[in-house]
Amino acid sequence: MLSHPASSTQITHRQRLWLYVLVALVMAFLVIPCLIIIPLSFSDSQYLEFPPRGWSLRWYEAFFTSDEWLRSAVVSLKVASSTTILATVLGTLASYGLHKRAGGFDAVVRGALILPMMVPLIFVAIGAFFVYARLNLNNTLTGLVLAHTTLAIPFVIIAVGNGLASFDVNQERAARSLGASPLRAFLTVTLPQIRISVMSGMLFAFITSFDEVVVSLFISSGATSTLTKRMFANIRDQVDPTVAAISSMLVVLSILVLVAAQFVRRDGVRATDDH
Amino acid sequence: MTSGALSIRNVSKAFGAFRALDNVSVDIEPGEFLTLLGPSGSGKTTLLNVIAGFERPDSGSLMVDGVEFITRPPHKRDLGMVFQNYALFPHMDVFNNVAYPLKLRRREPADIRERVKQALDVVQMAHLSARRITELSGGQKQRVALARAIVFEPKLLLMDEPLSALDKNLREHMQIELKRLHDRLGMTTVYVTHDQQEALTMSNRIAVLRNGRIVQLDTPTNIYDRPNCHFVAGFMGETRMLPVSKTSNGYELAGRPLKLALPPSPVDEQWLVIRPERLGWQGDDERDNRIEGLVVDVVYRGDSHSISLKLPGDHEISIRRAPTESKPLPEPGQTLTLWLRPEASVLVQDSAS
Amino acid sequence: MSAAADEAPSLNVELLGADERRHRFAMFGLSVPALLLVALVLLAPFSWLTWLSLFDASGALSSENYARLLRPAYINSFLSTLEVSALVTGICVLLGYPVAYLLSQLSQRTAQILLVFIILPFWTSVLVRTYAWLVLLQREGIINTWLKQLGLISESLPLVNNLTGTVIGMVHVMLPFLILPLYSSMRAIDPVYLKAAANCGASPAQAFRQVFLPLSAPGLGAGGALTFVLCLGFYLTPALLGGGRVAMWSTQIADAVSKFANWGAASALSVALLVVTSLILLLMRWGVQRLGTSVGEH
Repeated sequence: MLSHPASSTQITHRQRLWLYVLVALVMAFLVIPCLIIIPLSFSDSQYLEFPPRGWSLRWYEAFFTSDEWLRSAVVSLKVASSTTILATVLGTLASYGLHKRAGGFDAVVRGALILPMMVPLIFVAIGAFFVYARLNLNNTLTGLVLAHTTLAIPFVIIAVGNGLASFDVNQERAARSLGASPLRAFLTVTLPQIRISVMSGMLFAFITSFDEVVVSLFISSGATSTLTKRMFANIRDQVDPTVAAISSMLVVLSILVLVAAQFVRRDGVRATDDH
Repeated sequence: MTSGALSIRNVSKAFGAFRALDNVSVDIEPGEFLTLLGPSGSGKTTLLNVIAGFERPDSGSLMVDGVEFITRPPHKRDLGMVFQNYALFPHMDVFNNVAYPLKLRRREPADIRERVKQALDVVQMAHLSARRITELSGGQKQRVALARAIVFEPKLLLMDEPLSALDKNLREHMQIELKRLHDRLGMTTVYVTHDQQEALTMSNRIAVLRNGRIVQLDTPTNIYDRPNCHFVAGFMGETRMLPVSKTSNGYELAGRPLKLALPPSPVDEQWLVIRPERLGWQGDDERDNRIEGLVVDVVYRGDSHSISLKLPGDHEISIRRAPTESKPLPEPGQTLTLWLRPEASVLVQDSAS
Repeated sequence: MSAAADEAPSLNVELLGADERRHRFAMFGLSVPALLLVALVLLAPFSWLTWLSLFDASGALSSENYARLLRPAYINSFLSTLEVSALVTGICVLLGYPVAYLLSQLSQRTAQILLVFIILPFWTSVLVRTYAWLVLLQREGIINTWLKQLGLISESLPLVNNLTGTVIGMVHVMLPFLILPLYSSMRAIDPVYLKAAANCGASPAQAFRQVFLPLSAPGLGAGGALTFVLCLGFYLTPALLGGGRVAMWSTQIADAVSKFANWGAASALSVALLVVTSLILLLMRWGVQRLGTSVGEH
């Protein structure tokens, strides 16, 4: 097996063994820190050791019995779901408009809408903090939702834009020729066919908001602290294993989202088979 | 069914420096089957899109039954359209695809069922009304697309190369079927194709387009037999053009005077249109419009032999010899005498006058 | 021809022009809500802060805020930002290139499965990952404990709250940003080139060096530049794993605002950061285009 050619260039697996080892090490480096937190979170001691000496649910208990932690989790969930809805609607509208126009001005509009993804987060953070101070939006859910929506819009625009780019223009034309108004055609023909892209935009938007730290650090505090903001403060000030429990839940959430994305994509493959 | 008269006046459309449509005018009679024929980039699809309302021209007028349509949005035009790739909605089954225009018009459910059934009957697809679009073959999709386009009894039927995705046999079958359907429903039809055979088979009239202009608008017979320019002649059939020289009282080919179907226009540079099936070589030699051809090779093709000839001026042409024909098969290197009857002899010049 | 076109009656020109403008305006209108939001959260503060950066504490027009950037503290933070970013990018290239290369040589199916190892960290919160590194690297952390148990060290190594920890954490965050675009650009390289090279007598190593490497250069350049730019403005990991000892540009900006409430300084730093970032992005685009065309010419 090892002496079999590994590729068309006749290199053997044995000759490439070093490459396999290196790649395996890099992948371990990438994945272990994401997963190691899960067993650690079931440790029964204040010190996080691997493998833990004893097992317990005390850190999960600490999370679920703490009003502060729960309150910030609720804030994060509220903000993330509002952001998902707002960013998906605004991003899809903008993406559709950009797709339809093909005018000379479009590049500027698209560039402006993608900007939040390119700019360093710290800049968005102090900028929003600065403007919000004048609009009394600091420490409000509205402020958080608006800032997170701005950060999430580029992801929705890219995802929906990809969907529209591979969507057959004749589909919508057919609907129009059969008597559908532009809105009707979009809702009954276009949207059902780009739903996969819209859904992956939604997932991106949710994760963008739920995992966001830097901007929240500046524009939320006290009762409106997001989960990640409270975690950040906690990590910086003391190493409290409750954070390990929360982190484990976030990792599991990421895995679920990843699986959901795969599921949505597979569904999408089936839907595109329809063409 | 109602059928509309369509009047297109001075329509122009430019994409940047490219003139997709250059001052196009054409009148289409109620019930007529008009084909827009031309190579890609000739503007035929752009013109169809202007009629459907998908493309906004820079100027011009579009009257349907005397009503100005030029700025009317597509969904208020009531024109049925069949697309090149059918554009059937993959997330709906056959029934719902065909019912879609009726639902938009808020017809009663019972009425919708009845009309969908009728339309599917017309295209012989009623038995597949519950099928998913993915489960249909190319020809079936074609039929469903047609049913969807006619179910709401539009004034006009527009078709954009509807048969180009089908294989050759099915395409020829569908040509005949579409033609019969047109005869039965009598719906005004504008049909776009780049396939001259298809245009000749189906149309009442053909508009040949080139560089955004209509170069000839006429019946299939006249388009084929009486092309008005080098381009139209070259576009229809397998055509060779031989330059002819002008004399004091007419034209001559290789020193012999030509007898022509039509009195020639007084232009110096003219070509004689030669189509292989119009060339005579069997039976007794005729005196008129004789051409000598050098046999290059003879190829067996099963149903016939194909004889490649070199005509004066280095033009090559292939003629067929059916097994039933009497004259013996020529040998390569031999010279063959061919002739064109005066009624099949047409001169063309560079561009339409 | 133009004479004929001029003579042609221009029917309904105004009507059609107005219709076209109305359509464009309506389609532009769909972007307006999103644009307003970006204007509120990003463009307004950017203009405002740029404006602020031009005035000193007393409100007089001055270059004071930019002159401040030349002070040793800021110069040092600028240099250390460049140093850390270059170091992280370099390590990412060294680790990421082999991974992207191997993945691009495997079958699509196998590669899809292995890509999960890259995508999972990509989707996991940066905060969670940084926390995990803190747990792994701290003085009484898992790595130090293990090394001591193995008898390799007697004293805990200082792995965190310094440059080492920051670089490890940042490499972990940045690596997927390098691998994913590099992988897709390598996938696009037609394997037939390598077969052709082998057919011409190139050894696998030669084929790789002379054919694959130049063809993958644009992807590597783009991925590397993206990584570098992301490092320049990165805040979270340096703030948590640097322990205040790694003065990055971003942490300086945060401190200027949250510790000293010095908006003038924060603005000048931000503007400088944005300018440098945009310059690098433009340079990257230009470079990748040139690289792309020069590869295309061969």
